[in-house]
Amino acid sequence: MKLQVLNSGPLTTVQDRGRFGYMAYGIGPSGAMDQTAYETANRLVGNRNGEAVLESTLMGPTIRFEGDCIIALTGADMGAQLNGTPLETYVAYSVLANQTLTMGVAKTGCRGYLAVSGGIDVPVVMGSRSTNLKCQLGGVEGRALKRGDVLETAAAGKAARKKAAKKPELSQSVTVRVIPGPQDDLFTQRGLDTLWGSAYTVSTSSDRMGLRLEGPAVETISGSDIVSDGIALGSIQVTSAGQPIILMADRQTTGGYAKVGTVCSADLPKLAQLKPGGEIRLKPVSVQEAQRLLRKQRWLTWLHRI
Amino acid sequence: MKSEVRFLPAGDSALVVEFGREVDEAVNQCVHDMARWLEENRIPGVREVLPTFRSLMVFYDPEKLSYAALMRKLRQYRPVTEAGLAAEKTVLQVPCCYDGPDLDGMTALTGLSREEIIAIHSGVDYQIYMMGFLPGFVYLGGLDKRICVPRLETPRTRIEPGSVGIGGSQTGVYPVASPGGWRILGRTYLKFYDPNRAEPILCRAGQYIRFVPVSREAYEEGARKGGLL
Repeated sequence: MKLQVLNSGPLTTVQDRGRFGYMAYGIGPSGAMDQTAYETANRLVGNRNGEAVLESTLMGPTIRFEGDCIIALTGADMGAQLNGTPLETYVAYSVLANQTLTMGVAKTGCRGYLAVSGGIDVPVVMGSRSTNLKCQLGGVEGRALKRGDVLETAAAGKAARKKAAKKPELSQSVTVRVIPGPQDDLFTQRGLDTLWGSAYTVSTSSDRMGLRLEGPAVETISGSDIVSDGIALGSIQVTSAGQPIILMADRQTTGGYAKVGTVCSADLPKLAQLKPGGEIRLKPVSVQEAQRLLRKQRWLTWLHRI
Repeated sequence: MKSEVRFLPAGDSALVVEFGREVDEAVNQCVHDMARWLEENRIPGVREVLPTFRSLMVFYDPEKLSYAALMRKLRQYRPVTEAGLAAEKTVLQVPCCYDGPDLDGMTALTGLSREEIIAIHSGVDYQIYMMGFLPGFVYLGGLDKRICVPRLETPRTRIEPGSVGIGGSQTGVYPVASPGGWRILGRTYLKFYDPNRAEPILCRAGQYIRFVPVSREAYEEGARKGGLL
């Protein structure tokens, strides 16, 4: 079955779980920014976990379906309509051939997901269909979608038993938990107090690579330059000017700024749904606590699974 | 293992093993030795490793492996001896046609002739300290101080893949077309990155690279054959 992109929106890319095993070669994982919303979208249309979907930032695409299929929208609510009929997020819908899905700007959240039964079938590059814009690989020619693109879907599997999933609250003011380190010892106590005690705003120059935060500068003992080392998902690096940047799906694999902490995996979906202007507070927790939070979240997801 | 090795958390799904704070050949060898050890002694729950100049980042699944359990496993690592490290040494020969646009400019900057620059540049086994920045981009250690030259004042908007350059105390190869400020002294037909190849990346951190001067004819012959080894 084919999908015709009539309008792409500012940034719509093909994404899946991510591309793993190539960080040692300078290729980051990419993948869906909000992995929870991504997994739910796939489940709603009866896809195996790991199939590719479309991720849109701030505004969704307009797409014409050339055949019958099942679709689901998760994450940001972009006011989708199917041939003029409004659609809910977190609900599976049957689509008939030649119907058109239109989407507008995000009313809640920042990143919306569109899963189609069968999954978006672009070539698998190094084990993944995810678009890596920086390395120009995966997805459609390693780039964002544009008007006129035609996407294929693979043969659909069995439809899901349930037609709706629990819709999460998408707030534009969040507190995320952070595990200090690996270079928190390069910051002054005053710097750390500033970081844990201030509200930061997501800057307009944020993207899939990272969320740039605006707010009080975080003081270092003698600068934030280090010999470049590895970067994890959610690493908070602090620039020479003292501004934190939280590194996300399209991050570089290595970097030369000190990293004061790493956001807990369980809180990453909340970050992915923050728009520019959104507010972040950071709270330190231990590794053990973060791992407990993640297990609890996975268990709850399993409990609500469809 | 030396006493200054530190284990540091990088979130709930990654851990850093730090062998030192500065760039140092011996420290870097420890990083790659531990990466090899982890490959030979697979720990269930470890997903991927990322070696850098002075530390190894270990990515793991916290549902299968706790931070404490992973640290206990990693403490079982014993570094190999210097003789063992020497036996592990793999050198990748990289044919290089030294006809780059900046070679003449480098003679003025270094006070050396073209032939001397080429002889010095191709006379060393460079250790691949790490990879990053671009897919297949190698950070090499061991550039001779006599041919260290500053980056161009105005970077070029496009440097062709395969270009061999020097920027400050670093030398390396551009794996993909990219803007860049390194001075270009030559080019290789080897493709350091080719997403359509079974092994998309030509080499790996921990190996060594040696540039071998070749003629323009040999370069063109190699390029015609598709840039394979």
